Amino acid sequence: MTNMIARRRFGHLGLLAGLMLLATPALADFSLINMTRGVTESSQEIYDLHMTIFTITVVIGLGVFGAMFYSIFRHRKSRGVKPAKFHHSTAVEIVWTVLPLVILVGMAVPATRVLIDLDDTSESEMAVKITGYQWFWGYEYMGEDVQFLSRLATDSDVARQLDSGINPASVPNYLQNVDRRLVLPVDTRIKFQITAADVIHSWWMPDLGWKKDAIPGFVNETWTVIEEPGVYRGRCAELCGRDHGFMPIVVEAVERDEYEAWLAEQQAGGEPGTTADGTDAAEAGEELAAR
Amino acid sequence: MTATTQDHAHHAEEPTGFKRWLVTTNHKDIGSMYLLFSLAMFLVGGAMALVIRAELFQPGLQVVDPYFFNQMTTMHALVMIFGAVMPAFTGLANWMIPLMVGAPDMALPRMNNWSFWLLPFGFAILLSTLFMPGGGPAGGWTMYPPLMLQTGTAFPFVIFAIHVLGISSIMGSINVIATILNMRAPGMTLMKMPLFVWTWLITAYLMIAVMPVLAGAITMLLTDQYFGTSFFSAAGGGDPVLYQHIFWFFGHPEVYILILPAFGIISTIIPAFARKPLFGYSSMVYATASIAFLSFIVWAHHMFTVGMPLAGQLFFMYATMLIAVPTGVKVFNWVATMWRGAMTFETPMLFALAFVFLFTIGGFSGLMLAIAPADFQYHDTYFVVAHFHYVLVTGAVFAILAAAYYWMPKWTGHMYNERLGQWHFWLSTIFVNVLFFPQHFLGLAGMPRRIPDYSVQFADWNMVSSIGGFGFGFAQLIFVWLLYKCIRGGQKAEARAWEGAEGLEWEVPSPAPHHTFDTPPVIR
Amino acid sequence: MAQAEGGYYVPHQSSWPIIGSVGVTALVVGIALYLEGIGAGPWVLGAGLLITLWMVVGWFGDVVREGLTGLYSDQVDRSLRWGMIFFIFSEVMLFAAFFGALFYARVLSVPWLSGADPATSRLIWDSVALTWPTAGPANAAMEWRPMGPWPLPTINTLILLTSGVTLTAAHHALKDGNRGKLVGYMWATIALGLVFIGLQAYEYYHAYEHLNLRLETGIYGSTFFMLTGFHGMHVLIGTLMLGVIAVRCMKGHFRPEAHFGFEATAWYWHFVDVVWLGLYIFVYIL
Ligand code: HEA
Ligand code: HEA
Ligand code: CUA
Ligand SMILES: [Cu+2]
Repeated sequence: MTNMIARRRFGHLGLLAGLMLLATPALADFSLINMTRGVTESSQEIYDLHMTIFTITVVIGLGVFGAMFYSIFRHRKSRGVKPAKFHHSTAVEIVWTVLPLVILVGMAVPATRVLIDLDDTSESEMAVKITGYQWFWGYEYMGEDVQFLSRLATDSDVARQLDSGINPASVPNYLQNVDRRLVLPVDTRIKFQITAADVIHSWWMPDLGWKKDAIPGFVNETWTVIEEPGVYRGRCAELCGRDHGFMPIVVEAVERDEYEAWLAEQQAGGEPGTTADGTDAAEAGEELAAR
Repeated sequence: MTATTQDHAHHAEEPTGFKRWLVTTNHKDIGSMYLLFSLAMFLVGGAMALVIRAELFQPGLQVVDPYFFNQMTTMHALVMIFGAVMPAFTGLANWMIPLMVGAPDMALPRMNNWSFWLLPFGFAILLSTLFMPGGGPAGGWTMYPPLMLQTGTAFPFVIFAIHVLGISSIMGSINVIATILNMRAPGMTLMKMPLFVWTWLITAYLMIAVMPVLAGAITMLLTDQYFGTSFFSAAGGGDPVLYQHIFWFFGHPEVYILILPAFGIISTIIPAFARKPLFGYSSMVYATASIAFLSFIVWAHHMFTVGMPLAGQLFFMYATMLIAVPTGVKVFNWVATMWRGAMTFETPMLFALAFVFLFTIGGFSGLMLAIAPADFQYHDTYFVVAHFHYVLVTGAVFAILAAAYYWMPKWTGHMYNERLGQWHFWLSTIFVNVLFFPQHFLGLAGMPRRIPDYSVQFADWNMVSSIGGFGFGFAQLIFVWLLYKCIRGGQKAEARAWEGAEGLEWEVPSPAPHHTFDTPPVIR
Repeated sequence: MAQAEGGYYVPHQSSWPIIGSVGVTALVVGIALYLEGIGAGPWVLGAGLLITLWMVVGWFGDVVREGLTGLYSDQVDRSLRWGMIFFIFSEVMLFAAFFGALFYARVLSVPWLSGADPATSRLIWDSVALTWPTAGPANAAMEWRPMGPWPLPTINTLILLTSGVTLTAAHHALKDGNRGKLVGYMWATIALGLVFIGLQAYEYYHAYEHLNLRLETGIYGSTFFMLTGFHGMHVLIGTLMLGVIAVRCMKGHFRPEAHFGFEATAWYWHFVDVVWLGLYIFVYIL
């Protein structure tokens, strides 16, 4: 009888292993199963915090589950044990109330430090105003007279229609590409002023280490210093209606001189439509009015 | 259930057939109705989850339109929370609390019937909104304005449906409190009550405290929409975030409403199958009370990204982290109860053990979410989805299943089929992890929640998760079949169906007669 | 089967709950239809209202009859008490939500919108500094005046406080078995309640006609009408309850040692009183 149950158990384990095998291709790449380290000091601090807390919980988990499984294997009726009678122990209970408390204080200290750091938006060298719309983003370089809208790239937009018949894998950067990128300089303390025009959105760039809600009528501030040039991809992270899944963000971080050049080009009229020429705003207005 | 309970009922004066269920004031009848209703809603909510999982099986849109997807997400959550889990707990309370405290019935039997019957009506309204012009609600179960105000014709129906469900919960809770405080058999002092009764007392208190707050929040949504008020509009001096504060003042205690009775169930089942008294009874009671107290001062951990002042973020982070302490006490007590017991592993015990294991994992991810700066990355991703399904599905739902197996002999008078039960357990436990564990990865890797389509790097884990979802869903059909068989017949159950079971409910015959404890038992 | 031998009265099966469910459903569906401008709305609403009323009258009728025939033991009485206490607690929490909105607006959102930390809302609203009372940054041009505490609200405060006293006097009379005095004080309390409602109706008229203070008057108008309106509704319900109790007093339904119906209503009335004091302080004075 026990034997049969044991055999059945192994059967189940086999099934579990089989299912896990299904997943092996993804296991190879850690970026697919863990938080990104990102490219700013804060994002790395947050990553470290994340790993620390994760490790602590794993250790506690090993202890708790270890004791539990030990008990499950050793203290079973089928092994002929007689149950003990004890039902409390004040000393033990005090220990396991105080110990977690101490651990928590240990976690709270670094968390507080990072939080205070992130909150301080002073001393920024430039500011970008970000406005969420249903369903695209608007960017305004404060004091530079450059502003534009940024939408899902057309190839993704075509492919994402219901039954489009296009294989998403064939579209480069499916759902994470835009028509106009937010170009930012590296090694610069940038302040973001985030708001929305219709409903709440949330501007999330994992590589910068935070997301911040865009709330109509209010402005939220946060900051970043990007350390490495590159193209970083993020997305709207607050349900904002039908096309919430389709308003990505792309940041292109470039060296300062490149950025200056880009900005000057924009101010001079740049590529058609990329400047604050009003056409986009009008377009957006029409689109909003149509709803 | 009809067949078996009626045999033992004093059916002389009672209406039979369908009418009996409409007008009954009997706590066992009403408990059964709650439980069956809850099962039906679980299947409906689960079917919606399967629509979600089917769409997310691959990148690209294959099954539904994005707007309909959002309706499914919203409805899935509302149906599961208000239709499946809360009524299941209320059903268990109805069936078991009078038996456990030695009362002839619930304190306010007529109101008990009303609490139940409002539910099907409320859900009829809620589910009908899916067929209205403009579709059902699609703003998430949290119903944040201004998005929620874009709902079509369905808008006022959703609001009022939730009002009706709220009234039902409040009346149900009032009944539970009155029963516990006033109907205990002589000699059953508060500190002698079974823990399930204790946890329900505190849950009922939480519900009465926060359901009206939800009602207030959605009433303000209604007036903002139709009467020109500006609670949630900056133009008029209000704030969309105000809604979030009020909602989460309800919403956080709500999640403990969904878990405290589960704690009570686990604290009942583990001692029974470890054949050893519960470790630390009184610390269990104090821990439950502390969790309930703390639950009122942590709400804004759902809102770390809205741009709260620093002091607020710090306060809510610290308060949230504190909840790990009393919850830890509970987990440790359960493990200590198993320690040096003499355990057997019937289905209720298996679900209870899986609960301890998997709920704790959900608790750990909760603790990670509580760390505000890290939550800036986790928030609104599948990491959160993974967290709350671990505490809700392998937490609340597993506890409900454990309770169903544990008390089914008492309800039906028959033992369920243990073999099917074991199959149900193992398939559920394996698939539920295949379903939700990879969602941690997805969230960390950057997949937001509430999206119908995603970029291709998320494809593998989503596929795994969807396979788990269908597997888990179909495993639940085993339970439906098992329940049906158990109601229809099976091995006769003893009064004390389990060797180690303690409590007054095991002193009465199985199935419990229609009326029990007409004269209260005396507890030494 | 209707009555447990042990003494706790468990009523017969009852049709009122299911009737009540139908009634409430029709009522809310009616309101929803009406709000969406669908023709059948008022009819459904009316039917729902009637059914619900029928249920209330019938259900409480049953309760009264059972009480009078002595079916309710002390234990049943205690159940009813706990029920009422927690019902009132739930009402307190409902008001807490609206008070919370008021405090949030006054302490947080209005200062934020007028440029306090986080200072950036000036990016959107080139705000004139906003101070309470306000209709919000977009309504600066709106002409309106807030409702001061003098004279109506203060008079209303006195009226409600007095009604609390008369009700307590009625209670004492009931406990002394003096029915004449009891009935007199009951009707006095009801009269005070009616005057309160009348004055509040006038206050609303005054607000709309003379102050241009409306539901649409930004956050001030919203919180003002929501809080006072919900409170007014509770006064109305309380007065109706008092009316029923007064009639029952006249019929001699209550005994000095057992009169839960009276007490429950009195608790309710005192609760409504206390909420008003909160309103008076936070809506009118501060
Ligand atoms: C049953 C429901 C339930 C339960 C019990 C919990 C329990 C907890 N939850 Fe969860 N939560 C939800 C349901 C629940 N949650 C839901 C539904 C949402 C999403 C809502 C939405 O947005 O739609 C959510 C979201 C949510 C968030 C917001 C995430 C976000 O949107 O960004 C946070 C953040 O702090 C959080 C934290 C916690 C914590 C700290 C606990 C704690 O109670 C957990 C405590 C338990 C343990 C920690 C494990 C056991 C303890 C030990 C073994 C002791 C030793 C341990 C240590 C010292 C580490 N939850
Ligand atoms: C107690 C609550 C509860 C429960 C039990 C569940 C159960 C499940 N949930 Fe849950 N879920 C929530 C509460 C819950 N959920 C909440 C609060 C949200 C957030 C919503 C929001 O963002 O607003 C959410 C969101 C949510 C999402 C994210 C959606 C999104 O962000 O867009 C997903 C995705 O996988 C999901 C999946 C599932 C699955 C697969 C199950 C499975 O466990 C379900 C298993 C059950 C079945 C599958 C039923 C079996 C029946 C059949 C197979 C046959 C059907 C037959 C008939 C109907 C006759 N849920
Ligand atoms: Cu914008 Cu989601
Ligand atoms: Cu919470």
